[in-house]
Amino acid sequence: MAEQVLAADGRPLKTSLNRALRRQKLRALMLIAPLLLFILLSFVMPIADMLFRSVENQIVGETLPRTVVELKDWDATSGAEPDAAVFEALARDLSIAVEEKSHTRLGSRLNYELTGISSLFRKTGRSVDEVGEAAQDALEALSPAWAERSAFGGLLGTARWTADLDAWDGEGTAPAFEARPEMAAALPETTRLYTSFANMVGAEGDNPLTEKQWPIVSHVFAQEIVTAETPDGLDAFGQAVFSDVKAAMAATTLDDPKAIFIDVDEDWGSTDVWRTIQTYSPAYTDGYFLNSIDRLKGADGSEARPENEQVYVTLFIRTMIMSFTITVSCIVLGYPIAWLLANLPARKANLLMILVLLPFWTSLLVRTSAWKVLLQQQGVINDILVWIGLVADDNRLQLINNQTGTIIAMTHILLPFMILPLYSVMKTIPPTYLRAAKSLGATNWTAFWRVYFPQSIPGIGAGSILAFILSIGYYITPEIVGGTKGVFISNRIAYHISTSLNWGLAAALGAILLAIVMLFYYAYDKIVGIDNVKLGG
Amino acid sequence: MTATASDGAFVAFERVQKSYDGENLVVKDLNLSMPKGEFLTMLGPSGSGKTTCLMMLAGFETATHGDILLDGVSINNIPPHKRGIGMVFQNYALFPHMTVAENLSFPLEVRKMGKSDREAKVKRALDMVQMGDFAGRRPAQLSGGQQQRIALSRALVFEPELVLMDEPLGALDKQLRETLQFEITNLAHSLGITTVYVTHDQTEALTMSDRVAVFDDGRIQQLAPPDELYEKPENSFVAQFIGENNTLEGVITEIRGNTCIVKLDNGDIIDAVPVNVSAVGERTKVSIRPERVEFNRERLHEDAHTLKAEVLEFIYMGDIFRTRLRVAGRDDFVVKTRNAPDQERLKPGQTIEIGWLAEDCRALDA
Ligand SMILES: Nc1ncnc2c1ncn2[C@@H]1O[C@H](COP(=O)(O)OP(=O)(O)OP(=O)(O)O)[C@@H](O)[C@H]1O
Ligand SMILES: [Mg+2]
Repeated sequence: MAEQVLAADGRPLKTSLNRALRRQKLRALMLIAPLLLFILLSFVMPIADMLFRSVENQIVGETLPRTVVELKDWDATSGAEPDAAVFEALARDLSIAVEEKSHTRLGSRLNYELTGISSLFRKTGRSVDEVGEAAQDALEALSPAWAERSAFGGLLGTARWTADLDAWDGEGTAPAFEARPEMAAALPETTRLYTSFANMVGAEGDNPLTEKQWPIVSHVFAQEIVTAETPDGLDAFGQAVFSDVKAAMAATTLDDPKAIFIDVDEDWGSTDVWRTIQTYSPAYTDGYFLNSIDRLKGADGSEARPENEQVYVTLFIRTMIMSFTITVSCIVLGYPIAWLLANLPARKANLLMILVLLPFWTSLLVRTSAWKVLLQQQGVINDILVWIGLVADDNRLQLINNQTGTIIAMTHILLPFMILPLYSVMKTIPPTYLRAAKSLGATNWTAFWRVYFPQSIPGIGAGSILAFILSIGYYITPEIVGGTKGVFISNRIAYHISTSLNWGLAAALGAILLAIVMLFYYAYDKIVGIDNVKLGG
Repeated sequence: MTATASDGAFVAFERVQKSYDGENLVVKDLNLSMPKGEFLTMLGPSGSGKTTCLMMLAGFETATHGDILLDGVSINNIPPHKRGIGMVFQNYALFPHMTVAENLSFPLEVRKMGKSDREAKVKRALDMVQMGDFAGRRPAQLSGGQQQRIALSRALVFEPELVLMDEPLGALDKQLRETLQFEITNLAHSLGITTVYVTHDQTEALTMSDRVAVFDDGRIQQLAPPDELYEKPENSFVAQFIGENNTLEGVITEIRGNTCIVKLDNGDIIDAVPVNVSAVGERTKVSIRPERVEFNRERLHEDAHTLKAEVLEFIYMGDIFRTRLRVAGRDDFVVKTRNAPDQERLKPGQTIEIGWLAEDCRALDA
């Protein structure tokens, strides 16, 4: 075994070295810490959040927990609406959701998948308190005590909770509900609903014992009491409940949520609504991604969307083709300029460089709007073309609000991103290579094509990556000059983020865009080699 | 067309002038003619216009005035790629994106040569510089000397009749430089190529060339074979630029045929050969090579003039002794003697008498 090398102080050399290096690394880390933190907060986390949103779908399961469970076994292909148990569960879920006002959010979420659900939920939300009226009436007929607002609180809550509430001064939130264990065992669902009621009312700073109760609590109570076993150690009121009320409720006809809902809106009787709820009940979904590629979750697996709803694949392809076109135009226009920049005498080259950089000093919006002025049908370019007789006055070219407009304006904007890397690469190619080639008998063209051009390829590569990736995600310019035919996928993403508020879909589209960019990057690395990309000497 | 001295020459510069900025002449009235097969070196201090001349010959710079002739034809209006001149650059200029073989094959490809011919020629050219095993490498994977060999063989592979080399060995270490000097001259002579070689290393110029053109200030100061250049410099610039040289200043007092008498500034009298002095009373710089100085009285002519000298320093250099003397008021006078068994070793402080053969002492312009 090799003997361990020791440092002057007798410690193993490796340990000493590591300690010395650790301090250096720590210092280096501290220097980059602010940037690291900034990038983490402003770049990595938003991207992670976006990727998460593109599959996240917890809202359905959280808002309609009971319905989702009951609906699991429903067969969407049967053609019949779900049975009464599902409606019963929906009535309970919705009663809570309406109080939380979360049913409208759920409605908007599901509306992305099936138009009309949003208004269905809102409409139903207004009528959901009809469920339970029959039970309440029957209870009140039995004893006026049931008309008291504290009736259920007294029955289900512990004495301590009632006492706490009496002692509560009305500031802040009320003491949390505490269920009597024997009641929670005998009437579990009633207790759960009442807990929701008590805590929600309490959170608003009201006393649950003096607030109007949810009819759904009576409704559920009336069902549960019929089959409940009588717990031990009940007081007189309690015993009366488990004997008289039980008997009375068994004889009462309760509200039928299914009838009520379908009466409110016949859509509840359609399988479409239910299928949508069922499809989107899992906490995570690939629905947004399917949507992004013009498919939807059908009854069995995914299926293509109707022809007139297919937009995204076309948009992705268009975005790619146009970005490619823009990149190629940038190469064609930028290469000679970069060459001039690299080969002119310093004074002239500096002037040219200022011209190249000029666009950077002008607002993007101003430049794009300028193109609007130049390119419109009554604009400068068309005027000139008409004036020199290239186009007829009544047949002016459509240069804006279409793909041409986007390509022209984007090429202009991205040109510096092509020229600068090209220039910095060309600057490092000594003119002796061209001289050597000519002395070996090559014509000017051959010398350029065989000797100069291959050495400038790393610059083309760097410029192309920059221009392509920038343009694939560009948003402002296509929005202004692209019309409907010249917009990119990013305009669609922006629409979903700011107008339709379908963030999940926007996130899925963004994730796909990100994947495409990475794919291109990977392919580029495989073909050209990322080491060959030079942004500077 | 008027007949000139360059008639029949392979390469000729006729009254060529060159200015880059329209104000200063970088090359002033250059006249030069080379026969076929000659190895000519342009030697001169930095900025003397050597590269400019080479570039005009290659066609990358145009002469402001005058004619450049190749094989009797003016090439002023022929573009570089049609001149068929091979060229070796100081920084090699091997194409970095091509392998060695592709680099060599390039001049053949642009000449539309068939594949098998090309391969044969490339192989021959590589073997010529002992680089046959390196055909598949990229220039970046070669050492400086290897790159220079490749650059050389690339310049020769298309069999040009004229090859230009601009300080091709400038970036190499001494030993490698000597090996390559030898290889280059060998190749040039065995292939019968006419070569114009630029350097500012005078040893290189003397060892390699048939003739050396010493450049200074945009003019050729002397154009002569190496021995003549060294032994018979025609002016004091050449005398000082080539080799080590002792200079004494004085006035001509007498001219007799091909000898003259010079009275040095301290009053001493010496003999010399008048080279570019013409009249008595003219000031002159007298040049004597250190190895031609003699201090053994017996080996001198009995009527030769001698000078008193004081030994200041004795340096042992192995093969030679180098002795620094104070002569005629100057203390940079150097004498070199061979380390032979009977050679006397002078001691500092010693006073001796020195002299030389009159023909070794040249009276030049002041
Ligand atoms: N492209 C140019 N534009 C302007 N002046 C130039 C140019 N090239 C060379 N010169 C000038 O011409 C003079 C001669 O230059 P040249 O390169 O011929 O010298 P050289 O003898 O090759 O020197 P070196 O030994 O340093 O290579 C110099 O004063 C130089 O500054
Ligand atoms: Mg030079």
